[in-house]
Amino acid sequence: MHDMSAHAVHHGAPTSFIRKHIFSLDHKVIGKQYYALALVAVVVGMVLSWLMRLHLGFANFAIPGLHLLSKNGAPGDIMTPEYYLQLMTMHGTIMVFFVLTTAPFAAFGNFFLPIQTGAEDMPFPHFNMMSFWVTFTGFLFLVASFFVSDGPTLGGWTQYAPLSAVGAVSGPGQGTGVVLWAFSIAFFCVGQLFGSLNFITTTLDMRCKGMSLMRLPLSAWAWFITSIMGLTAFAVLMPAVILLILDHVAGTSFFVSSNLVINDQVLPHSGGSTLLWQHLFWFFGHPEVYIAIIPGMGIVSHILITNMRRPMLSHRVLIYSMGALAVLSYMVYGHHMFVSGMNPVSSLAFSFPTLVITIPSTIIVLIWLGSLYGSKLRINTASLFGLGFISMFISGGVSGFFLAQPSIDILLHATYFVVGHFHLVMAVAAIFGIFGGTYFWFPKMTGRMMNESLGKLHFWLTFVGAYLIFMPFHYLGIAGNVRRYQAFVDDYLIPLIPVHKFITVAALATGAVQLIFIYNLIYSRFWGAPAPDNPWQGTSLEWSTATPPPHNNFGDKMPVVYHDPYQYSVEGASSDFIMQTSPEPVHSADEEK
Amino acid sequence: MATVVHEPPKMDVDRLPSQGSGNGGWRNLVPASGGLRKVQDASPPPASTGIWVALASITMTFAAFTSALVVRQGGAPDWQHMTLPPILYLNTVVIIGSSFTLEIARRRIAAFMGGLHEHADKPLRWLYITLSLGLLFVAGQILAWRELVSQGLRFATNISYSFFYVLTIAHALHVSGGLGGLVRVISKFNNRTLKRSTLDATSRYWHFMGVLWVYLLVLLWMKL
Amino acid sequence: MAKLLAVTIVVIAIASAIPIVMHIWPLPQDISVNGHLIDEQYTDTMWEAGVSFLASQILLAYFIWKYSRPAPNATVKRFPGGAAALVIAAFVLVGTEALALGVFGAKAWGLAYFAPPGADAMPVQVQAGQFAFYFRYPGPDGKFGPLHANLISEANANFFGLDTTNDQDSKDDIVTAELAIPVNREIHLLMHSKDLGHSFYVPGLRVHQDFVPGLDLSIHFTATKIGRYEIVCTQLCGLGHYNMKAYLEVKSPEDFDAWLKQQAALQ
Ligand code: HEM
Ligand SMILES: [Cu+2]
Ligand SMILES: [Cu+2]
Repeated sequence: MHDMSAHAVHHGAPTSFIRKHIFSLDHKVIGKQYYALALVAVVVGMVLSWLMRLHLGFANFAIPGLHLLSKNGAPGDIMTPEYYLQLMTMHGTIMVFFVLTTAPFAAFGNFFLPIQTGAEDMPFPHFNMMSFWVTFTGFLFLVASFFVSDGPTLGGWTQYAPLSAVGAVSGPGQGTGVVLWAFSIAFFCVGQLFGSLNFITTTLDMRCKGMSLMRLPLSAWAWFITSIMGLTAFAVLMPAVILLILDHVAGTSFFVSSNLVINDQVLPHSGGSTLLWQHLFWFFGHPEVYIAIIPGMGIVSHILITNMRRPMLSHRVLIYSMGALAVLSYMVYGHHMFVSGMNPVSSLAFSFPTLVITIPSTIIVLIWLGSLYGSKLRINTASLFGLGFISMFISGGVSGFFLAQPSIDILLHATYFVVGHFHLVMAVAAIFGIFGGTYFWFPKMTGRMMNESLGKLHFWLTFVGAYLIFMPFHYLGIAGNVRRYQAFVDDYLIPLIPVHKFITVAALATGAVQLIFIYNLIYSRFWGAPAPDNPWQGTSLEWSTATPPPHNNFGDKMPVVYHDPYQYSVEGASSDFIMQTSPEPVHSADEEK
Repeated sequence: MATVVHEPPKMDVDRLPSQGSGNGGWRNLVPASGGLRKVQDASPPPASTGIWVALASITMTFAAFTSALVVRQGGAPDWQHMTLPPILYLNTVVIIGSSFTLEIARRRIAAFMGGLHEHADKPLRWLYITLSLGLLFVAGQILAWRELVSQGLRFATNISYSFFYVLTIAHALHVSGGLGGLVRVISKFNNRTLKRSTLDATSRYWHFMGVLWVYLLVLLWMKL
Repeated sequence: MAKLLAVTIVVIAIASAIPIVMHIWPLPQDISVNGHLIDEQYTDTMWEAGVSFLASQILLAYFIWKYSRPAPNATVKRFPGGAAALVIAAFVLVGTEALALGVFGAKAWGLAYFAPPGADAMPVQVQAGQFAFYFRYPGPDGKFGPLHANLISEANANFFGLDTTNDQDSKDDIVTAELAIPVNREIHLLMHSKDLGHSFYVPGLRVHQDFVPGLDLSIHFTATKIGRYEIVCTQLCGLGHYNMKAYLEVKSPEDFDAWLKQQAALQ
């Protein structure tokens, strides 16, 4: 009898340049490609934030050369209001989709999930390759919108209808700009769906012998949970943007209601529902913020536990809490719509799960703190960023208590308080996860160590800088400063202008500090000290293979796993860590009862 | 609970990857109480898990379309319920029929793989019939669209038509993907490289397309 | 290095709290009847969130300080009570905190959104459009005339699309660009959008409500302080969004009547 289920996914190591580095099927190359994409995207996004901040702090400041980017948007190098909104939309979209989803999830996940599960590769490598290239196409669409005649869309990353659906009459960038935006997101969704399919199947079906689900490292768990969320969230966003495109180009009325009048002309649409877009968008959008942060949680747990030289206080509780976040994140999305005009009873109904979601978040923080207690903490750049992540996550998390309550949201909705909240809890925290992951895994990915002194300098300046930028946003919001404004013409906002100036200076300085990181990355890639196989004395599978890992990850010997992932400081063991692959018989140090 | 070290698995760990280690991994339901061997088994081939994952995501997409339709139909007075072009009922018969022919082919191939020899060309014939029925279905859908367009009923004529076109086109695109899968199965079958899991995954996808079509037909026909 | 990090975290945490504690940038002054409920809810939340924030940052800093650079022969210690204690603590502390906030906060929300406007509330209509608000008072007959989208014309200053020749009810309607209201009188604001999504936000009134194209919404409020306040649009609505605002004039009843007469004469 044939064993027809025998299923060889492996493919020989490619030899041509194109198959090796461009259209590669190797999950490690694809992971690096995603990382490179995220790096380009974050630089673009950060430069945009500089331009925005400069404008907010010093409205009449001429930014040399800006007119080259857009003649109409910046005549005489001074940004116009609409151009501010266009840049802001691009900043938000690039950051959320092409940085925070690609780097911690698609980039590190691609590289390390198969290795940590003990697989040779993802099960569907062609889909994996397409996942990257489709995503990349999406990025090109987005960037292209800078160069169309009236520039990119100004609708914000949430792209609320009907502003986004009625076309060029509603403002610059709302013609071609929105269509390019929507196509970009549709491509992105397809790319991430392919990716999620691979991630889920890898975790379920590709684990090596002895690797039970509970033996997967926390980072692998985080990617797994995230991919399940990605599979559902992006599968909802995609139809939503398709309907948006149709409203736009085919004149349908999914989201545009009757009798809307622009420039004294009644628009030809009828009967569409504005709130429908918001429901579809946020049903994706809230899970999306967890898609951005859960991989960070996993990565940071993985880094910290390695540097605390002890097992996590509870592996399971952490996994269950991340799972709870994932499930709850679908039930809370309406907290973005408290004053949107939806039924006020729904607002209350959405506020309770939102308050409940603080419980698993708290548990996660407490488990980290409880594991820190009595540990043997090693300080290095990676662990510094891990600790910084916890601090940022706490700071951003507590403001959630305010925004979770519809009554307080009356005051704070659409103010800078929200901007402060989501930057700390999502943007900066996730970026810290990315930085930590980079310092931690760079040796495995490239075979060279990063420079620790530069790394620490980078950490200190970024940590302090991020707080200086994003804490004051809360104060602005409390004082009633509305977001998505390019200028503060309202009298009651004028006293806040010095705060804006302060934030701008902090943002420029902190942004400049990131050059240290980029320098370190490039320098170390070519001239860094050669990395050993296991520089941090870690236990999970990525540390038991060569540096950098061979084409099929483990060479001729497939790993066999004997232990839970974090066997550090096990009593009676021969060293302070026991690799998952080590057959050394010991009593588990897992404190779980 | 202390996790006791398990004895090395029976499988030859030294074998080369090219000997087929990457066949997916292991279903390692290692209980904390040990007993590794009892519960350790090869994982199902990835394709058979992957197809459920893919179908889940397609389900989500159509669920999103459905909720949009429900909101849009319920919320606004401008909904003009459409009469479905009659050819759709014929197409329904075609796609359901293709599920049956595919199932016949699948069973024959499965039996063939199991060593219960049969002529290879007979399942192949059923595969070709399925493929033709699939193409017929897509052609029928195109006829339906053309019929509507020739009556001046276009995308933006009324929101009910918008939904009709969106749902049927999205479904037809997915069916075309399934046709690609069938072509792949046929060519692999001819090369004798067809795997059972590929066959099963493709046929699950195909059946799902049939079910999805019936669902969409009811959704579009029904007045909520 | 670890100790420096611990100190930095504590300094940042305390420095972040100072502007809040010192009320350097306070909430906009409350000028409404029910706003104090929201403010109390805000203050309670600030206490709970503030304490959680400081406590967890300080705990984090303390552990970093204490457990970095262990002696070479140090052994790891287990958190007393283990994970179970922490999980229970999270459920009990945060669970009750969250539940309490949710339950008590519902009252302020309910007064704003569930309680119907009083029978004697004064109706005013507001229309948002790119990039201005217009207000309409029903005039002596107390009735708003119907709207005709096709009649809307900026050029003829027919912002609402009124047909004053044919619609009896529209004849005495008063359209203005600012919202004047009598103090201490409840206002029932009927909201609709001319074109896109907009929002109506008056921080002092503790009122914030989006306009939804195609949907007529209403809110009600009572202002308690005479003065001039800004109404801002908080829903991104296009290039002029940052400049989309109007003024709320809270007047004494006599001033209001005089103003309304004067506006009526201008129609
Ligand atoms: C260099 C540091 C950064 C600075 C100075 C910065 C600054 C800003 C500013 C001023 C806004 C506009 C707020 C408004 O007018 O509503 C904004 C919006 C936004 N930022 Fe950032 N940002 C930074 C990094 C990031 C990162 C890393 C992310 C990743 C998630 C991010 C995501 C967003 C999003 C989603 C928006 C909302 C855009 C919208 O409203 O459509 N930002 N940021
Ligand atoms: Cu949310
Ligand atoms: Cu606006």
